[in-house]
Amino acid sequence: MSVILVFLLVIAGFAGWWLSHQRLMAKPWLEQGMAGDFVGFDRSALPTAKIGLGVFLAVVGCLFSLFTSAYFMRMGLPDWQPLPLPRLLWLNTGVLVLSSVALQCAVIAARRGQTDMVRLGLATAGLTALAFLAGQLMAWRQLTEDGYLLASNPANSFFYLITAMHGLHILGGLIGLGRTSASAWNGARPQRLSLSVELCAMYWHFLLFVWLCIFAVLAGWAATFIDICRKLLT
Amino acid sequence: MVDVTPADAVPPAEVGEMELYHPHSWWTKYVFSQDAKVIAIQYSATATSIGLVALVLSWLMRLQLGFPGTFDFITPEAYYQFITMHGMIMVIYLLTALFLGGFGNYLIPLMVGARDMVFPYVNMLSYWIYLLAVLVLVSSFFAPGGPTGAGWTLYPPQAIMSGTPGGQDWGIILMLSSLILFIIGFTMGGLNYVVTVLQGRTRGMTLMRLPLTVWGIFTATVMALLAFPALFVACVMMLLDRALGTSFFMPAIVEMGEQLQHNGGSPILFQHLFWFFGHPEVYIVALPAFGIVSDLISTHARKNIFGYRMMVWAIIAIGALSFVVWAHHMYVSGMNPYFGFFFATTTLIIAVPTAIKVYNWVLTLWRGDIHLTIPMLFALAFIVTFVNGGLTGLFLGNVVVDVPLSDTMFVVAHFHMVMGVAPILVIFGAIYHWYPKVTGRLLDETLGRFHFWVTFIGAYLIFFPMHYLGLMGVPRRYAELTDMTIMTESAHHLNSFISIMAFIVGFAQIVFVFNLIWSIRHGREAGGNPWRATTLEWQTPQTPPAHGNFGKELPIVYRWAYDYSVPGAKEDFIPQNVPGAFAPSREPA
Repeated sequence: MSVILVFLLVIAGFAGWWLSHQRLMAKPWLEQGMAGDFVGFDRSALPTAKIGLGVFLAVVGCLFSLFTSAYFMRMGLPDWQPLPLPRLLWLNTGVLVLSSVALQCAVIAARRGQTDMVRLGLATAGLTALAFLAGQLMAWRQLTEDGYLLASNPANSFFYLITAMHGLHILGGLIGLGRTSASAWNGARPQRLSLSVELCAMYWHFLLFVWLCIFAVLAGWAATFIDICRKLLT
Repeated sequence: MVDVTPADAVPPAEVGEMELYHPHSWWTKYVFSQDAKVIAIQYSATATSIGLVALVLSWLMRLQLGFPGTFDFITPEAYYQFITMHGMIMVIYLLTALFLGGFGNYLIPLMVGARDMVFPYVNMLSYWIYLLAVLVLVSSFFAPGGPTGAGWTLYPPQAIMSGTPGGQDWGIILMLSSLILFIIGFTMGGLNYVVTVLQGRTRGMTLMRLPLTVWGIFTATVMALLAFPALFVACVMMLLDRALGTSFFMPAIVEMGEQLQHNGGSPILFQHLFWFFGHPEVYIVALPAFGIVSDLISTHARKNIFGYRMMVWAIIAIGALSFVVWAHHMYVSGMNPYFGFFFATTTLIIAVPTAIKVYNWVLTLWRGDIHLTIPMLFALAFIVTFVNGGLTGLFLGNVVVDVPLSDTMFVVAHFHMVMGVAPILVIFGAIYHWYPKVTGRLLDETLGRFHFWVTFIGAYLIFFPMHYLGLMGVPRRYAELTDMTIMTESAHHLNSFISIMAFIVGFAQIVFVFNLIWSIRHGREAGGNPWRATTLEWQTPQTPPAHGNFGKELPIVYRWAYDYSVPGAKEDFIPQNVPGAFAPSREPA
């Protein structure tokens, strides 16, 4: 359960930092009759939707940390037989990076108000994300053809489960991206469009980060890294 | 600390108005509504209905335990199904949904001075997914093989084996699917509750001016958002084990002389995931109760809450600590003694912030102008019950005491006192308190007092004797206790007595439900602020509050939520939106 505890520690650190800026030492019973003197303590200047997405990403992060925790706990048992990762995953990773880069370009274009470039960026991001999903399915097919079936051993089950969960999250993101694209083509207000593109980009970057972590865990590098840390500590 | 000087005149608020969705038809106004108040009522009604099902299930269990062998239709399989469904429904589909979905939806926007939740559409989806989860759960009663009988903790491997009711039928699949749906729905609602507290607060409503109800619900929601994913992961993995034959939790196992296809899974992994959710869940239910009871006590004792800052810090501390105690549910599963030591220590440390809260409630009552209204009665009953249940928790937190008691009725008595009866008492108190705001009428007083006394005394007569049964060694989870040497004749009498009390208390709840329905039309008119309370929900122009909660202008907050009996003020309460400074209230820093 160490991965999830580390993740929660990060969340707790962030929450503590935020709370420390909220006048938790105030004595509210002495502060009567004042309403306008608390500039900066009312609400954040960030758009509400961004904060909402931030909270949601914390929940998603929690979910994947738990999957990873379970993976490491199971991996510690003696009969663990890791499966060889298909080379195709490298290509998929590249495609997903491309998708994130395209969305970042769309964000920059949206800030400058270049609608054509926004549309181009959104379309590229959507197509590359679909390509990533197709690539993942092909990787699954390669593995099943080589006899690494879902139920044949726990390492395989974890591989399919975690990649499927990540894929489902990308799929959900594509719905949001589709709605943003629709508003980009239908001529939404530039400010509003800019916000939705930024939200998409935030989600995409986060899922890219999650994928890189998962990839490291599934390939076994994360375990090596933890081993090295453990040796350094002891 | 910021030094601030009092100022009477404040420029008009510049709070950004949100775009409210305005319903156009009866359907969008009352059924597919995006108004948090309607969603709150939908949540509460659904949770209460499924809760009544769980109440009946507890009666059926008590029939079997109190009068063994008398009722043929209660087979051991059926008994296990009753236990499982009773536990799961009460903990998740009733308590969690009612506190967060019901009270959270109704009170957060009103108390922080917002027009509605920040994402109303997602909020609506949250309810409908919750309803779907409840329907899936109910459908398992009608599925072939009936609902699952794996116990509310659903431990593998037994949960998905043929010896357990529903293990190889539909029961467990429907249960896991229902939980997954519940978690998805809850996450949608939870995002709303958290972000509304962060971003929906009206002008002047700083975090340290929030009523403790909002603090409790807010912290509990943050915890739930971080804890429910663990249950989600556990459910998904077990569903795959059951449906697709993977081996996440299933070890190599022989059943009826036949080797199953599973191989190499770890049942302990499930326990870790389950309790990583399961322990925070206790506080997800308790923290809203703590918050609500603070407000009830302060309002009905006409006195500011004692140690507001400590109350807030204690809520945060309990929330954080509750994530590092989960393995105290697994002492019996065996663990490294150092881990046992660690988890016993953290478990006992949680008692410190909790005790601070209890002291503060008692000190709030001290020399207060206590009105023994029905909400106050329930609040007082909560304090007593929570202390009671909490003390047995200190026993069970120690490994050496827990191991012999773990499988006895003592544990049943403990957790029913601390997370069954105590939060339910707060829910009742809160319903009596806020019902006038929801409907404009008070609940009937006589029926209410009847309900309180029967519930309070009855609950003690049910669960107090159970402690003794547990200390005698009477095991829990057994459908038949007749032929055991520990079951002396007096123990049997005690069991029958508990069962009879359970029926009486259950009957009082039906009176309560009748009161809820009857008073909508026939209750005494309440007016806008019957309890003369300070918080914003009582200051709305209409009662029940209209769509958008507050009239044309959002209220501006000038003070904290506990200005009761302020010396120098005309009335014994000053609502949060009243400007002007009076002499500082009595509490010393």
